[in-house]
Amino acid sequence: MYVAVKGGEKAIQAAHELLARRRRGNPEQPEVAVAQIQDQLSLAVDRVMTEGSVYDPELAALAIKQSAGDLVEAIFLLRAYRTTLNRFYSSEPIDTDGMAIERRISATYKDLPGGQVLGPTFDYTHRLLDFTLLAEGNAEAELSEHATAERMEEVVARVSSLLEQEQLMVREEDSGAEPADITRDPPTYPADRSARLQALVRGDEGFLLALGYSTQRGYGRNHPFAGEIRIGEVGVSIIPEELGFEVDIGSIRVSECEMVNGFKRQADGDVKFTRGYGLGFGQCERKVMAMALVDRALQASEHDEEITSPAQQEEFVLSHCDNVEAAGFVSHLKLPHYVDFQSELELLRRIRAAESTPTEEEPS
Amino acid sequence: MSADNIRAGYNFAYLDEQTKRMIRRALLKAVAIPGYQVPFGGREMPMPYGWGTGGMQVTAAIIGADDCLKVIDQGADDTTNAVSIRAFFRDLTGVATTERTEEASLIQTRHRIPEKALKEDQILVYQVPIPEPLRFIEPSEVETRKMHELEDYGVMHIKLYEDIAQFGHIATSYAYPVRVNGRYVMDPSPIPKFDNPKMHQSPALQLFGAGREKRIYAIPPYTDVRSLDFEDHPFEVQRWEASCAICGSRDSFLDEVIMDDKGGHEFICSDTDYCRTRMAEQGEIA
Repeated sequence: MYVAVKGGEKAIQAAHELLARRRRGNPEQPEVAVAQIQDQLSLAVDRVMTEGSVYDPELAALAIKQSAGDLVEAIFLLRAYRTTLNRFYSSEPIDTDGMAIERRISATYKDLPGGQVLGPTFDYTHRLLDFTLLAEGNAEAELSEHATAERMEEVVARVSSLLEQEQLMVREEDSGAEPADITRDPPTYPADRSARLQALVRGDEGFLLALGYSTQRGYGRNHPFAGEIRIGEVGVSIIPEELGFEVDIGSIRVSECEMVNGFKRQADGDVKFTRGYGLGFGQCERKVMAMALVDRALQASEHDEEITSPAQQEEFVLSHCDNVEAAGFVSHLKLPHYVDFQSELELLRRIRAAESTPTEEEPS
Repeated sequence: MSADNIRAGYNFAYLDEQTKRMIRRALLKAVAIPGYQVPFGGREMPMPYGWGTGGMQVTAAIIGADDCLKVIDQGADDTTNAVSIRAFFRDLTGVATTERTEEASLIQTRHRIPEKALKEDQILVYQVPIPEPLRFIEPSEVETRKMHELEDYGVMHIKLYEDIAQFGHIATSYAYPVRVNGRYVMDPSPIPKFDNPKMHQSPALQLFGAGREKRIYAIPPYTDVRSLDFEDHPFEVQRWEASCAICGSRDSFLDEVIMDDKGGHEFICSDTDYCRTRMAEQGEIA
């Protein structure tokens, strides 16, 4: 007698032990420390913080270690932890004008106040495997003295505000309204801009990259220029109700991208450049550029553009950009579906049986 | 249940009390408008979306220290995900768990309704992947909400009619749409249509949670639940030529198991508790 798969509990436990062993790898190799991941895989940490929606490099590094480097899994771990946290305050809006800049480039002006600062970037590196790293050669000693991170402390005006001043670009206004929080309230469509931006920040980098790319290839073209990309530290402050004044609670490192997009005639009759916005935790330039492209594409209806392409369709983009949701629903196909499949089998057999037996009414 | 039974550092049933209150409000609204999908602020759970996070949030919001919990997946208590969810609630609530349908005050289920008729003091919580019955006809949420508002369900009947025209049967065998209390067309979750009649005038409260899609809906006890059909093509449930190879039941939903590599197969009850109970009864008689 066949008995359906039993002993799920023991099997699960054994599977998790196997996973733990696989994660640890060869015990003769030293175990990688969370601090090492945090320090030496910092770009992975930044992605996990951005899409995990928690600014905590140590927890993000822990999640990466625990997930054996599977970043989508690490993002999920961080998200699941995030839901258990209490909310104390909403911070005041961060001010990226006052950013302590470590990288700042503009593709629209050759030179501008504050200058072009390359900072730490893969740009202009030749993508040749560096075998000295493989040999674990002491590359540190060769690092020149020029390469010490120096941050600009002065306030550097943003390209967008320069264009705004000349009335060449659509102005972004802070309505002062309480921003939406899609982690507390279910999304509704059409979505508020703040809900849209929040969904994009949390959205999967690969998905947004592909969508942003699709706009460049003609599926919802919006003529982008990288007006400015800046990376650096910004202060975070709160106003506790009982105090009534602003208190600094620390600083976070963010990447910001402002796209300058094709001009449109505005409601007031003026012709102005439009814009797209991207922001993420840490150094995540690819993500914020993709986000800015998609943010602009999603403004189609505000600029009276015909919605013809996936990147312009708000419900499509926002309800599919979250990789924790997407990975969950795709992976649930691994769960048993015996009952539904059995129902389909029964129906298919019945249809086929009905079709193969010649009905009596038919003259032969 | 005592506080020591709960995993350190977590609230009873994982969710914080504010979140539970938000979910209970959504549940009350859902019960008040049978079959209507209430949006709620679904939280991220420590299980993946699609693996029962909606059902788990509903269970977490209503479970109390005195409850006795049963968790089934495909009708069985011992499928891996049912085991995992039961372990989760045991870990985070310390409540009693059971595999016996009649002992449970709260049953979380995926894809089945137990064979044994439910009672007034029981709550059945369904895990729902896609709560919108019209989704496969109209992908946009903006549009489907409007269709529900206007009771514009013609497209659904057209779809069912097209099935009959093409296959001679309504080609929906699970997640078969129902009309609740004569008003809302509702997705009963991917239960086989075999189970649909059990929803009608059930004495138990039926709650549905869709975590990823952030929707909750409900069927209050003793509510009319009609499977959509046509006068000349009335709704009918699956039937098997075979009986359960273990308990011999001819009335329960049967799963097919492949016995060899030549396509030989047998059928066994999908509801493991029902099957075991029947075996125990037969043992007593013999």
